[in-house]
Amino acid sequence: MNDFPGAPTGPRDGRRLRVLAAMSGGVDSAVAAARAAEAGHDVTGVHLALSANPQSFRTGARGCCTIEDSRDARRAADIIGIPFYVWDLAERFREDVVENFISEYEAGRTPNPCLRCNEKIKFAALLDKALALGFDAVCTGHYATIVHREDGTRELHRASDMAKDQSYVLGVLDERQLAHAMFPLGDTLTTKDEIRAEAERRGLAVAKKPDSHDICFIADGDTQGFLAKHLGTAEGDIVDEDGRKLGTHEGAYGFTIGQRKGLRIGHPAPDGKPRYVLDISPVNNTVTVGPAEALDVTALTAITPRWCGTPPTGPATYTAQLRAHGGETEVTAEPVAGGLRVTFTTPARGVAPGQAIVLYDGTRVVGSATIATTERVAARTASVS
Amino acid sequence: MVYLDHAATTPMLPEAVQAMTAQLAVTGNASSLHAAGRRARRTVEESRESLASSLGARPSEVVFTSGGTEADNLAVKGLYWSRRDADPARTRLLASPVEHHAVLDAVDWLAEHEGARVEWLPVDGYGRVHPDALREAIARDPSDVALATVMWANNEIGTVMPVRELAAVAAEFDIPLHADAVQAFGQLDLDFAASGLAAMTVSGHKIGGPYGIGALILGREWTPAPLLHGGGQERQVRSGTLDTPAVAAFAVAAAHAAAHREQFAREIGALRDALISAVRTAVPDAILGGDPDPAGRLPANAHFSFPGCEGDSLLLLLDARGIECSTGSACTAGVAQPSHVVLATGTDPDLARGTLRFSLGHTSTKADVEAVAEAIGPVVERARGAGLS
Repeated sequence: MNDFPGAPTGPRDGRRLRVLAAMSGGVDSAVAAARAAEAGHDVTGVHLALSANPQSFRTGARGCCTIEDSRDARRAADIIGIPFYVWDLAERFREDVVENFISEYEAGRTPNPCLRCNEKIKFAALLDKALALGFDAVCTGHYATIVHREDGTRELHRASDMAKDQSYVLGVLDERQLAHAMFPLGDTLTTKDEIRAEAERRGLAVAKKPDSHDICFIADGDTQGFLAKHLGTAEGDIVDEDGRKLGTHEGAYGFTIGQRKGLRIGHPAPDGKPRYVLDISPVNNTVTVGPAEALDVTALTAITPRWCGTPPTGPATYTAQLRAHGGETEVTAEPVAGGLRVTFTTPARGVAPGQAIVLYDGTRVVGSATIATTERVAARTASVS
Repeated sequence: MVYLDHAATTPMLPEAVQAMTAQLAVTGNASSLHAAGRRARRTVEESRESLASSLGARPSEVVFTSGGTEADNLAVKGLYWSRRDADPARTRLLASPVEHHAVLDAVDWLAEHEGARVEWLPVDGYGRVHPDALREAIARDPSDVALATVMWANNEIGTVMPVRELAAVAAEFDIPLHADAVQAFGQLDLDFAASGLAAMTVSGHKIGGPYGIGALILGREWTPAPLLHGGGQERQVRSGTLDTPAVAAFAVAAAHAAAHREQFAREIGALRDALISAVRTAVPDAILGGDPDPAGRLPANAHFSFPGCEGDSLLLLLDARGIECSTGSACTAGVAQPSHVVLATGTDPDLARGTLRFSLGHTSTKADVEAVAEAIGPVVERARGAGLS
């Protein structure tokens, strides 16, 4: 009998699937694997070793892929009663995620490594290997919902628990990838607390383990320090919109559009209002700052769109999410040569090139693209030159 | 279940289980002076005599340890320290590059922390050290060599080393040669006295004895500096209360291994040959690792490289079919790395990622070989589809 209300009761099409469950050593992926196994699938657990030199122990909520995480994942697999292996994807992860992260910052953009990992590692390298080895699906602990339509197609929707929704970082998945993905947590009306309680009931020791935050490969959480180590430091100017020098910085790559803290500008703005990063120019190593209003973006262009389902043929109205944990805003999106042009119904702030824009129709993910340039209210274009 | 990973560990022999459980029920510290202590001591010494006899050694040459790893560390570090202390010039350490990590990492540690100058002896395409290579390395300056260490037979690819010839070369220069014989025990004729070795490592759980017990067979003229300080129970070079039940069971397993060695080697060798030929029939481009001459490899070892396959994938697919074997290489946090042994034989690094080691043992049957014969073709085909990640 099913002791866990809301858990999938069985394979939707009545088939017992061979499922490869990616197990990070955290509570979400452990419960996801347990639910898949309980639903009657033939589940095998795999922990991805993503660091060539893993640390022995995990410290707090930061980092992952330590030897301790690997052991936690193994112990969860023991309790669930599934085979378990560790796969070394450190080389792929370094090339496709870490090096991309560094070069994006170097170019003045703000990457999202989690999204990149889903795109290149979990639902590419891992999924491809799984399919080749005879598995039908990859299961993860992401909070998002896959809707199986009657015509056989798949739709990706937000999780029922909006506070935990992770559809944004899965927005890069296409239909083929969704057809082989399984998110047992997002399919049900479960909150994070309920997942922890369920883990406890299942006897999974990871029930009380802290959630992961931040970027897994920057174990101490110091992104600036990480970038400085890889890119070195180079003193440059912080200027206002008129080009007046206000201060100096140690590397333009260390800033994100919309950033307010850590500018260390000696004297206040004439109007006394806080100043924000408006522009990052890696070519002349300059950071431009200005008032909050100057951040208002009216439109953007985005490249490498990925559509989940049929792409729109003309302008269409959607809601958009512009960063992880960001809110929704109404936009009109239109396919153009080389990508997508998006205009905002009301101006949006904190729009950084390099981040993904994910488009939604209600709760359904329509597609995603990478923000390339933005257009500001004052007809200023924040582009990365 | 088809268990073909006997080189990792092999099931305990019933008589060893019996000897161990009998001892577990009795009290007595072999170092105590009263009746209970004397009883335990008697068991230990009878076991020591038995083990010595199984290995062609004298009882006083048996130093019980917690296993092969400790015995290897005691030999390599202990002999290095004592030789260097006696003559500060002796800091050169000669080792084969195909050693088990228990030797390899001890050697690396000495290089990093104790000023050892390590020379890795050249090996041929089968991973074998030739006596001339050892001679050349020693002869460059016999006065600065602390010790040499070359395993008796390789744990991954099964290649047997010319240990007696190597020991003879070392002896010419009065240099101690240590051999890790963990894999060779029970399969090859290990006569310690005739070998000319200074020290030899053996382990219990590889021959049907219990885990957590091993021995360094140590020539009487050699006194390595201890790793563990304490009561000095074992010849003052190894401290710690003796594990009487494990010692007794180890001796029983060793006696069995020695008594049945020739017959076992013959029978298991025939089964292994059948396995090799089955794999080659199913996968014609599979490459046998180690020496193809049966006389040059452990009779229970079959090691293959499968071009275009990831060892991890092969292992997972076989495991799912109930066949248990190994990629043959050491693991860090469960992550398989390309084997240093396979790389040392000059194998292409991509090819080195697709290795499998099948190791047979006393419970292996024809049915095990048939199961591999049936599974290996489809498994390799599928793993090849997944490619190298």
